[in-house]
Amino acid sequence: MKEVVEILAKALVDQPDKVSVNMIEKDKSWLIELKVAPEDMGKVIGKQGRIARAIRTVAKAAAARQRKKVTVEIV
Amino acid sequence: MVEEIEKTAKTVDEAVSLALAQLGISREEAEIEVLEEPSRGFLGILGTRPARVRVRVKDTPSRRAKELLDRLLEAMNLPVEMSIEEKQNSLYIAIAGKDVGILIGRRGETLDALQYLVNLYVNKNQTQRYRVILDVEGYRRRREETLQRLALKLAEKAKQRGRNVVLEPMSSHERRIIHTALQGRDDIYTYSEGEEPYRKIIISPRK
Repeated sequence: MKEVVEILAKALVDQPDKVSVNMIEKDKSWLIELKVAPEDMGKVIGKQGRIARAIRTVAKAAAARQRKKVTVEIV
Repeated sequence: MVEEIEKTAKTVDEAVSLALAQLGISREEAEIEVLEEPSRGFLGILGTRPARVRVRVKDTPSRRAKELLDRLLEAMNLPVEMSIEEKQNSLYIAIAGKDVGILIGRRGETLDALQYLVNLYVNKNQTQRYRVILDVEGYRRRREETLQRLALKLAEKAKQRGRNVVLEPMSSHERRIIHTALQGRDDIYTYSEGEEPYRKIIISPRK
């Protein structure tokens, strides 16, 4: 699950080695914290959050497969 | 994320074949660099040296798209069949397999998100832009037919009632299908209203 967000983030940014993803597990949900280099923030957020929304949508689909909910936060 | 490996063998050809086999690609998909020509040495005993080559997977748009999707689908534990067709700066990627329905999502929401992200990756730092169109189990084609039928039905409704018919919010791609389906009619006309992603079509009767 964590990998899904990590793969996407690394594919989008200019500094993939500065991407870090942290996952906190709760009963029925996961909280994923995505961290990227400050210069790369725009690359994972996008205009009006369009890229962030797309990442969340794909992450949700991946989580649904394991009957879990997921929240992706960009920190 | 360029994949490359180095191989040594008796001949250059042999080293290249080994490398291609390991990368799982054909000669056309590879960039080959000969690092060292083989040397037979003196009388074939002294100073023999094998051939050494470096083989790199060519960084093409379809390669980039496939590479990202492969890794992503593997992380999602979804084994799929993927075919990529390239024409006129567009990549048509068709995905099929068991459980791929989750890649479509409600009203194709997940499919659109995935397509958007693959588009960004394929075009990142490239001068030549490619349009990536992703489809899962023929969803896009079926959806197009559904939207065309819906458009005709709602156009009829607008005409009969003499009132505007407001459609649900849709993506620009889906709105275009509706606009196109109802283009050039003299009884109704269509336009869009609102801001993305809630932009929606209105079918209006002509007075």
